[in-house]
Amino acid sequence: MSDALWELDGYEMVVGLEVHVELATNTKLFSSSPNRFGDEPNTNIDPVTLGLPGALPVLNRHAVELALRIGLSLNCTVQACTFARKNYFYPDMPKAYQISQYDQPLNVDGWLDLPDGTRIGIERAHMEEDAGKSSHAGGDGRVHGADYSLIDLNRAGVPLVEIVSRPDLRSPEQARQYVTELRGILLAIGASDAKMEEGSMRVDANVSVRRAGAEYGTRCEIKNVNSVRSVGRAIEYEAKRQILMLDAGESVRQQTRHWDEGDGRTHTLRDKENSDDYRYFLEPDLVPVEPSQEWIDQVRAALPVLPAVRRARLAEAAGVAPDSELIMSIVDRRQDQYALAVQAAGGDVGRAVVYIKEAFAELGPEPTLPAADVAALTRLEVEGALTATQAKSVLAELVARGGGDAAAIAAERGFAAMDTSELAGFVDAAIAADPEAWAKFCAGEGKAMGALVGHIMKASKGQADGKLVTTILNARKS
Amino acid sequence: MSERLTSDAVAKVARLARLDLTPDEIRLATEQLGDMLDHFADIDALDLSGIAPMTQPYRLVNVMREDVEMACLDRDEVLAAAPQPEAGRFRVPPTTGLEL
Amino acid sequence: MSERLTASAIVAGVRAGTLSAVDVLEQHLAAIDGRETEVHAFNLVMADSARARAAEIDAAVAAGHDPGPLAGVPVALKDNMCTRGVPTTCSSKILEGWKPPYDGTVVSMLRNAGAITVGKTNLDEFAMGSSTENSAFGPTRNPLDTSRVPGGSSGGSAAAVAAGFAALSFGSDTGGSIRQPAALCGVVGVKPTYGRVSRYGLVAFASSLDQIGPFTQTVADAALALQVICGHDPMDSTSIPESVPVYSAALDRGVEGLRVGRIRDLPEGADADVAERVEQAFDALAAAGAMIVDVEVPAFTYGLTAYYIIAPAEASSNLARYDGVRYGMRVDAADTDSMYMATRSAGFGDEVKRRIMLGTYALSAGYYDAYYGKALRIRRLMADDFARAYEHADVLLTPTSPSVAFPFGAKTDSPLTMYLCDTYTIPTNLTGEPAISVPFGSGAYGLPVGVQVLAPSLGEPVMLQVAAELERAAGGLS
Repeated sequence: MSDALWELDGYEMVVGLEVHVELATNTKLFSSSPNRFGDEPNTNIDPVTLGLPGALPVLNRHAVELALRIGLSLNCTVQACTFARKNYFYPDMPKAYQISQYDQPLNVDGWLDLPDGTRIGIERAHMEEDAGKSSHAGGDGRVHGADYSLIDLNRAGVPLVEIVSRPDLRSPEQARQYVTELRGILLAIGASDAKMEEGSMRVDANVSVRRAGAEYGTRCEIKNVNSVRSVGRAIEYEAKRQILMLDAGESVRQQTRHWDEGDGRTHTLRDKENSDDYRYFLEPDLVPVEPSQEWIDQVRAALPVLPAVRRARLAEAAGVAPDSELIMSIVDRRQDQYALAVQAAGGDVGRAVVYIKEAFAELGPEPTLPAADVAALTRLEVEGALTATQAKSVLAELVARGGGDAAAIAAERGFAAMDTSELAGFVDAAIAADPEAWAKFCAGEGKAMGALVGHIMKASKGQADGKLVTTILNARKS
Repeated sequence: MSERLTSDAVAKVARLARLDLTPDEIRLATEQLGDMLDHFADIDALDLSGIAPMTQPYRLVNVMREDVEMACLDRDEVLAAAPQPEAGRFRVPPTTGLEL
Repeated sequence: MSERLTASAIVAGVRAGTLSAVDVLEQHLAAIDGRETEVHAFNLVMADSARARAAEIDAAVAAGHDPGPLAGVPVALKDNMCTRGVPTTCSSKILEGWKPPYDGTVVSMLRNAGAITVGKTNLDEFAMGSSTENSAFGPTRNPLDTSRVPGGSSGGSAAAVAAGFAALSFGSDTGGSIRQPAALCGVVGVKPTYGRVSRYGLVAFASSLDQIGPFTQTVADAALALQVICGHDPMDSTSIPESVPVYSAALDRGVEGLRVGRIRDLPEGADADVAERVEQAFDALAAAGAMIVDVEVPAFTYGLTAYYIIAPAEASSNLARYDGVRYGMRVDAADTDSMYMATRSAGFGDEVKRRIMLGTYALSAGYYDAYYGKALRIRRLMADDFARAYEHADVLLTPTSPSVAFPFGAKTDSPLTMYLCDTYTIPTNLTGEPAISVPFGSGAYGLPVGVQVLAPSLGEPVMLQVAAELERAAGGLS
């Protein structure tokens, strides 16, 4: 299922994602109480947040700026926009309407490229306010069967941007990639802390299936998808559910469904046939936003280099595929600049990315370890003065010490590149010690090599060059 | 908009507005709202094509505030005015059946 | 009622130290004691806090501090203006007993100006009505004839000034709710330009139409009151960021050379006694040197329809927040949805329910274009028509109300009959333009007639200029 193209019994899945992100502002979208997660319930409240009679919204400029950053990062067209009221009753929605953007959103018609190059269309990225939180008490603690609910309005009015993709995703893997890539962009531009576990990034998935090339099928909207992993799981479950229905001659009903992480299934929340009548109309308490070209240009100019470009840069330098795990993880950790600094200091960037991936997980985007020290180590390894295993050991020491002379550390540890004849001796000893493994290895059982290498590494106290050992063993076999 | 308002439509509207009307009230509302809609039919004949809707009387754009925190309301004062405060929150009956 | 002091006279005396704010207040409280039971202008009389405030004003004067431009003026506030810690009911059971945790902007401005709030006045529930018969706490009676209505919805505020309970008062005008009761009670009433006075803290009826304004004994007092409450408020996004002219400067300019427009296609329906007084008003202005010009406002006649779609539509959304969750009344039920229904059905009166239903219908799927969308276009038509009229005229003159004060129950049988009271006042709410009602002689039963002066947006000075001339002329009427 890791293939980008997902197919089952000749069906193709069609997925569009609606991603809500809470913006990293100090205050709410329309009022000046704090936008802060985890405070005591109902402490971040003001007349607007509570929906008190007479309260009026005033738009947060910084929220608009962050929404602009998102739009521009997703290659959207920025346009003059308005706010509308979406009317519905729910106890955590204090005014009984949500202020959102309806037919005139800020950002439209953009795209996001997945690491594998697939281009996913972005229909719109609009601003709206978040709702409060209901906790359900008594019963089993869930909505159904609860004795009562308690409402906390700290989150009510927190600025959100809803990013709506076009139905361009075709597999769970692509959906995961989309969410991961989007999250990377949001973090890079400082628009949101994008923590799925805290709900500051939330994903709804629209899923349908069809025979390849056929018209779009009836779609279901899946809510409550709270991790990248469950994005993939929920979509896959839902597509299979729909295929089973179609194969059984039933038709898919347009529904909103709830993903249950526990049982790994989606459940009906409500049918869309008696769909809500939200009675959208322009919010009379707010005026249009018409971002000036100057403002747009300023925001664009201040955008950081986005992950995709950083990956491409590093991949080209290191000679590795941009969507390789090596590149992905380093750029994800924002240590690609560091890798390039090692290169600039005369190091081998190919080795540097391996070092960074393996040993820098805890060091953050700006390691204090001097790039020149790491560059020196890569040279020792590339020149054959140290084996990969030895270099790894020196690297660990460099990390522990926060820098140092790689050659000196290698000398302290008595590392010198082992010559082939010494290694040949260890190989002979290993064959003698484990003839059974040797026989299996000669018979073509690749796995048996592991046992032999184990003997050799033990005898050489870990100093043997693994690659060389493999070469010698293969040579002996033939 | 020439067709006469039905009591079903009125019942649906009452439901949308979360108003619980008795059958008699629905009947009366159907009659009164119907009369109003009939009166409003004076605009049926108007040709309004090409006329942009006007949602606000005085045109302003880009009214925004800075992202600066201000004092919050006192939770105790706010909850004291609530029908059923509990544990720093607003208590409501079960939300079963509500549309999310 | 002998020796009524105008607000201007009170301010002058209190500031000069020749009048005591406490004495002035006691005079008004005595008037309240004398007739309030009969008139029922107030939902709440605030004698204690008013006495404390009056003493403060006198102390400030004695200490040589500036007591403010409304020093010592007893004012009454319509009970839909939020006053911190003081019940604000909107004359609705659903808000009975609710004490806002904040002051509206106008309320703060008045306090800072040295005004003394004597009470919160009665209104048609949520300002929906033209007679103050729709109050959940019983009707207000017209002090000039207690068998008749004071007009509405700000009937309590109009009656308070007419009865000498307050030197001036404040109301809100969404479709004529200041001007019509002013006319019926024989006082001056102003609806300022939309956006000129902050709506922050005014409980919303129809957000794009609501505007706070004063009831006064004289046009000069109106200028004084406007001077205090007009101005930009950053808490209201629709507040106009323009400086405020000195209104009193307009009062003595006369009308020599001004063009006063007569709307040739004004909808019929004004009673003969009212129409006659309006003719005399034209004559008086002409005699004072104004030119009377004919203009046409073809859309005027569609104002009622547009208004009775737009106002209920916005109201249906604005009043959705009264859901029994965070404040106000709750009728308990087994689940939240039933609680909403029970609370709102018990808490709202018939007229409010009717308008919520009408507005919900006008916005609902399938009807939006036929009603709300069309009404917004008529609104544009109206604004364009008025703009053309103001190319030929500086102000326009119309009746305020089609009739003098009518008896209780006269128009309660059919909602439409009541709505027709607003025919002449509604258009300027749709366009946002200012208008004033000035008492101009009496009509049937010796009851006062109001004449309305309309002006373009921000045209308060010319509006006051003409109103002052009418006031002078009215003094000489038989």
